[in-house]
Amino acid sequence: MTSLKRIIKSGWSAFFRNLALSLATIFIMVMVISLITFLYFLNPISDILISDVEKKVDVSVYFKEGILEEDIFQAKAEIAKISEVEEAEYVSKEQAFEIFLNRHKDDPVLIESLTEVGYNPFLASLNIKAQDASQYGQIADFIQTGPFKDIIEKVDYHQRKPVIDKVYALTSGIKRMGIFFSLVFGLIAGLIAFNTIRMAIHNSSDEISIMRLVGASNWFVRGPFLVQGIIVGFAAAIIVLFLTFGVSWGIDQKVKMIIPNISMFDIFLSNIFVLFLIQVATGVGLGIVSSLIAVRKFLKI
Amino acid sequence: MISINNLTKIYASRVDKSPIKALDNVSFEVGDKEFVSVVGRSGAGKTTLLKLILAEERPEKGEVIFQGQNIYNIKKSRLPKYRQRIGTVFQDYKLFPSKTTYENIAYVMEVMGASESSIQRDVCQVLDLVGLSERSCNFPSELSGGEKQRVAIARAFIHRPDIIMADEPTGNLDPYNTFDIIKLLVKIYKLGTTVVLATHDKEVINSLGRRVITLDQGRVIRDEQRGRFVL
Repeated sequence: MTSLKRIIKSGWSAFFRNLALSLATIFIMVMVISLITFLYFLNPISDILISDVEKKVDVSVYFKEGILEEDIFQAKAEIAKISEVEEAEYVSKEQAFEIFLNRHKDDPVLIESLTEVGYNPFLASLNIKAQDASQYGQIADFIQTGPFKDIIEKVDYHQRKPVIDKVYALTSGIKRMGIFFSLVFGLIAGLIAFNTIRMAIHNSSDEISIMRLVGASNWFVRGPFLVQGIIVGFAAAIIVLFLTFGVSWGIDQKVKMIIPNISMFDIFLSNIFVLFLIQVATGVGLGIVSSLIAVRKFLKI
Repeated sequence: MISINNLTKIYASRVDKSPIKALDNVSFEVGDKEFVSVVGRSGAGKTTLLKLILAEERPEKGEVIFQGQNIYNIKKSRLPKYRQRIGTVFQDYKLFPSKTTYENIAYVMEVMGASESSIQRDVCQVLDLVGLSERSCNFPSELSGGEKQRVAIARAFIHRPDIIMADEPTGNLDPYNTFDIIKLLVKIYKLGTTVVLATHDKEVINSLGRRVITLDQGRVIRDEQRGRFVL
């Protein structure tokens, strides 16, 4: 216990006595944790973007002319039970007609042609959204071969398949890129932090040798460097938390103007505890691991 | 206290990797409460000998028996305990630059787990012994060469080790400070501590009038009880 107190005291005073070096190390650590924070933010942002794109995709099931609404609702209830289906929305013949009119109100030729037809040519349908873009094929197959196949006029999956495939390729590409860049930048960040701490400790290599020669145990030598690493990591995490607060608040409106669904400040607030935990774990973890590895080299005496 | 038996240390030349014998079959004994000077020209093997006694390096051949134990059989994790029984003074002082005089001296006692009250009491006593009570809050960069070496001696002596090894402690000092430091080592010896002094300072050796082991090209060429510096 006495040794632990001495180690903490020694690390604490060494941190302040080498303040310039400590501040330089904190500065680098702030950069590293900021990068990790950016990667952390990238995840919910890409999720929102991906789900935005995915929401624009669905398949429609058109029912034959004259099928009773009750039968359609029964089919809807069955389809909604499929685990891959996120949502099934009923569009009646009349609603389909209204939607068409609204969508093409500025195109008099189309509206005129519809009037020429003399009746509502649209079919009642179900617009189905899948949990994931890759599941539309399975859902379409199930509907086409399921118990309602006799009341179904057509499923437009095959016409939409190229678009759905493109969306799927795009979203999974974004996810893969996200993982790749997170790994690469995470690794770079870790190496930068490690090298900075290693250089800082290299300055003390003579001191470490003296400690060993006057009879200090390995832990008595390592301890103060670990304490300094923890202080540096913790201080950097606090600074980055405040920076993240400021930046996410500052750019919130600007980001909303470009992507209305994304609120940086809301993402920050809803993730504040996890974010701070990640920042502290990154800073303190890198501080401890880098110090341990860097000091080990000089403990061979 | 220490028995050096057939110690041989070989380094590889940086130029052509050819072997250079720094110590060649060196054997001698140092008794309890003895003051021994190891003399020789630069490169004679004095520093290598002290490094081997401190287990900072390992010999190609031979052994160092310290109070009945071969130090090269001590486990690495137990080496700190062995080194705590030796006080070491270096030519370049080797003080901790970011610690004050007080903290530099107290460090060894902290390492050994001494209580705060005994650290405070002993450090104050030793600071008084080396005449640096007024400098206890200064950092090494604020001390003169002689003062730094007195701090180094205080650090080596604070925990009352069995033996103090001083490697060229006066090498960087002017004659006035040189004799101050030697007087201090003699004082410590008279308090009952064994002292091994490695030096190439002729005047220091001749003024001491104690046992002198002379090294030349890694070999012991003379070992006299009341020796003089003869090379």
